[in-house]
Amino acid sequence: MTSAYDKPIPIPANEDLTRPFWEAAKSRELIIPYCKSCTNLFFYPREVCPNCFSKDLTWKTMSGKGSVYTYTHVRQAVHPSFQSANGHIYAIIELAEGPRMPSGIVGCEPEEVYVDMPVSVVFEDITEEATIVQFQKS
Amino acid sequence: MSLRGRGAIVGIGEVPTRRIYEGRSMYGLCAEAAGLAIADAGITKDDIDGLVTDGVALPPAIAEYLDIKPNFATGVSMQGASGATATMVATSAVSSGICNTVLVVMGNSRQDAERAGRPAGRGAAGPSVRSEWEEPHGMAPGANTGYGLMYRRHIHEYGTTEDQLAKMAADQRFNALENENAVFNGQPISKEDVLNSRYINEPLKLLESVMPCDGAAALIITTPERAKNMKNKPAYVLGVGLKQGEANIWQRDKFTETPAVDSVRRALEMSGYTPSDIEFAEFYDCYTILAAMCIEDAGLVEKGEIGPFYEETDTTYKGDFPINTDGGQLSGGQPGLAGGFRHVIEGARQIMGKAGSRQVEKSDLCLVNG
Repeated sequence: MTSAYDKPIPIPANEDLTRPFWEAAKSRELIIPYCKSCTNLFFYPREVCPNCFSKDLTWKTMSGKGSVYTYTHVRQAVHPSFQSANGHIYAIIELAEGPRMPSGIVGCEPEEVYVDMPVSVVFEDITEEATIVQFQKS
Repeated sequence: MSLRGRGAIVGIGEVPTRRIYEGRSMYGLCAEAAGLAIADAGITKDDIDGLVTDGVALPPAIAEYLDIKPNFATGVSMQGASGATATMVATSAVSSGICNTVLVVMGNSRQDAERAGRPAGRGAAGPSVRSEWEEPHGMAPGANTGYGLMYRRHIHEYGTTEDQLAKMAADQRFNALENENAVFNGQPISKEDVLNSRYINEPLKLLESVMPCDGAAALIITTPERAKNMKNKPAYVLGVGLKQGEANIWQRDKFTETPAVDSVRRALEMSGYTPSDIEFAEFYDCYTILAAMCIEDAGLVEKGEIGPFYEETDTTYKGDFPINTDGGQLSGGQPGLAGGFRHVIEGARQIMGKAGSRQVEKSDLCLVNG
């Protein structure tokens, strides 16, 4: 990397809780919290299952396939590093397995994105330590 | 037990919403609004024995600033819904006999944030769901991004157009021209101006988004028995309903549906009225799209039909069905959580017959969505 990454990096609310997610992302795997007690698959990670309150939780590997549930073309960015002539897409991805997650859409122009567009996961190493999960048109 | 008719709004006070009040603070603006509401009710501060705030203004700090010692005090901490929720809590408090006369007050000073060294209006500080899952993907300031997501989905599901929602912003600006307390008083805009304003979070445009402001608002609620001997025609609370939604927009199942589906149903059931009985309405409007969805969810129009409704309906104070008669937050400005409170204040103002040149023709029954 020639220049330092200047966009916001993920700041975990509870780093012990979500460390497996970020470690998995580094090794090119998308994992989502799963409740062994009631089989609920949910996102974002919580210390107890939001369906049954169980703490018997694990992680499930996702296919990495999904679709754009909705999106917005951000023209006025939160952070100067996101500001560009044509803005960027902030999307909510619905994974094939059900849960939804926020993501950028990489590899295409903002104008190409549409609701229900099929996408697949990409992993972006943003620093030595951090890899974020993004999606691209599939 | 129902709260129907158990609370009477007998005084209102509003510090005009402005972009900034140099040299002022939230507590100072709240105190000023409280004084206006007390004077409007024709009572003294010694008559106040209850206090409800938005929770940003801490009840002990407000009580101390005003030198009052109420028998009941709480802050509701309900974000944008704080004004309506505080009104509900105050009604409940006087109805139960915990106290008799409640001051509800909230306000905002953008300089306070500066003084504390925080950027104003940039959402949760520190580690949060937002900082971990949203901000790395470029979530924009405040709530803009979430409402852009909803707007896109509403267009997708119902064919709503930007032109249709621009009409909402233009109608409300017309109303604000008759409201000296509105930040955009004296600045007319057309639907085309709204459509031509720059995109913030496409499809959401600048003139469909609130502007953070300074100001404060207060009201006095008492029992109907006490209200009878007071100087103003009271605005009675006939029904209340609350439904708690998610803190983060992307956690909701349906992006085009709001908790107003349940809260309005509950309020109407308590009141004994139906949506067709409502004469005018004040709807929380941090963004056009939120008010649009809430008006649908309230049952005032069919789900998905808000676009055609705005095309066909004059919603100005002079119109067929007046909405946000003071300009709403879009044209009135958003002084923190007093922004949402303005809807309660304006609803009461109209019913009390105090709306001056923007007084609506039929002003007996108002639906407020905070």
